[in-house]
Order: sequence, then structure tokens, then C-alpha cells
Amino acid sequence: MSGVFLFLASFLASAVEGVEALTIVLAVGVSRGWRSTLLGVAAASAALAAVVVLLGPALTVIPIRGLRVVVGGLLLVFGLQWLRKAILRASGFKALHDEEAIYRREAAQAAAAGDTTGASMDWYSFTVAFKGVLLEGLEVAFIVVTFGSNQGNIPLAAAGAVAAIAVVAIVGLRVRAPLGRVPENTMKYGVGLLLTTFGTFWAAEGAGVSWPGSDLALLVLLAFYAAASWILVRLLTARHAALSLPAASTAAGE
Amino acid sequence: MTTLASFGRFLYDFVIGDDWTAAVGVVVAVGLAALLVHAGWAGWWLPPLVVVASLSLSLWRGTRGIDPK
Repeated sequence: MSGVFLFLASFLASAVEGVEALTIVLAVGVSRGWRSTLLGVAAASAALAAVVVLLGPALTVIPIRGLRVVVGGLLLVFGLQWLRKAILRASGFKALHDEEAIYRREAAQAAAAGDTTGASMDWYSFTVAFKGVLLEGLEVAFIVVTFGSNQGNIPLAAAGAVAAIAVVAIVGLRVRAPLGRVPENTMKYGVGLLLTTFGTFWAAEGAGVSWPGSDLALLVLLAFYAAASWILVRLLTARHAALSLPAASTAAGE
Repeated sequence: MTTLASFGRFLYDFVIGDDWTAAVGVVVAVGLAALLVHAGWAGWWLPPLVVVASLSLSLWRGTRGIDPK
């Protein structure tokens, strides 16, 4: 493997992992707010840096399969919760989210509790961003260590990975604003689909499953879940109409 | 004890949420996939099916018994 090929291989493999982490961070940040999400990213980056510095080339001793089962399983549970609520909202069984009503309620509760900071931590966003970035970051570190040590040039493999993360981060900054204009329930529906897709992929990989097509299986899983949830929305919408239920009013929900 | 109970409740709400069927579905999906792989079979097809089944069950539980009157 020439130096150029080593750089490109590390760049491309790291870019794939970086895009997976970016997808999760963008989804959570746009739909739930950026403060706690970015804190989760920062905490994961610090933890990752500490692990890399402490272990160095011994990084491969970390049981990545067990980590995939835990992280993937939790993402899958979270994704299913989001998807369930989004389907119930889309079919009229649950009130649409009203951020202003929730803001007013939380502001009133904070005032009643004497909390004037108005900047409470959203542990859900923090945790999802932390887990996604830590797992993908570890995979990037594995790529650098394995590709680099095979060719006896870890710094060049690391340069490829750093370049990939920089490109992915720039792309993330550019698409953040357009994503923020997507209607709220549509965004949450998308987040539910993405978390469910990544969660299934990682948890099954951790259980020993080999996905046909490797990372391309993510696209097939996403299409499968999108189709299945669309059918569920149609079925529930028909049931809602058959029961002659009034549409759930817009109110402060979950 | 109250602190411990509060933390347990927080953890339950955080991980399990409104309906426990999704969490059980995830455990079943991952467990069955591991068993299939261990037995030498391809296990990739099973988790998505179990996930959709548990989502459908969860939605059915969430909307049953709704009285239009």
C-alpha cells in the first residue's frame, strides 16, 4: 500500500464513521437543542482523547463488540421511543409537539423553583450524542491503528482520519441551518428512523451479525423502517378515522 | 433510599420510557440474532423484523381501548 493509498483508505474509512456520528449529532441537535448535544460531543471527544493517549496502539484490546451491543441497544430503544411518538402524532392519536407551550411551562416551573438560569441540562441529548461520537470515534481510532501499524506509518493514517473528520465537520456546519427549517414532527420522525437504523446495525453487529454489503446495509435498513412506519401510520390513521375520534389538540406533550 | 428510588425511577424513564415493549423487543432481537449466529446461521434478517413487530405491538398497546364517546 503506497503512502497515498494509505492516506485515502484511512480518509474514506474514517469519513464513513464520521458521517454516522454527524448524522446522530445533527438529528439530536436540530430536534432537541444544541447546548446539551454539543456538551455530549465535547465530553465524548475528551473521553476518546484520554483513551487514545492512555492506550495508544493497545487500543485494540477494548471489547468493541460488547460496546456495540450496549450502545446499539440503547440507541435502538431510544429510536423506537421517538418513532412510536412520531407515528402516534402523524396518525392523530397524540397531540403535536408545541415547543412554545413547553417553554412557557418549563419557564414557569423554573421560576416557581427559584431557578433563574433557564439552562437546564438535557441528559437525553447529551447521552445520545456522547455515545454516538464515542463509538464512532473509537472506530476511527481502530482504523488509524490497524491501517497505520500494518503499513508502519500511523502518523499518515492519522492525518487521513483528521482530514476526514474536518471535512465531515464542515459539511455538518453547512447543513445544520437547512435542517432546522424542517417541520418539528417530521424531524423527530426522521430522528426516530435514524436512531432505530443505527441502533439495529450496531447492536446486531455486536451480537456477531455480519451485514450483507457492510455499511451499505444502513441504507437498506433505513428504507425498510421508513416503509414499515409509513404502513403503520396509514393503518393507525384509518383506525383513528374509523373510531371518529377528534384530532388530538396541539398541546405541551413529550 | 428515597434518592436511590428516585434514581431508579429516572433510569427507568430514561431508558424504558412510556412503554416497556420496545426495550423487551430490543433484548429479544439482539439475543435471537446472537443465538442464530452462534448456531452458524445468518442472523442479519431477524433484528429488523423483531424491531418492527415490537413497534407494532407497542403502538397497538398505546391505542387500544380508546373510547370514541
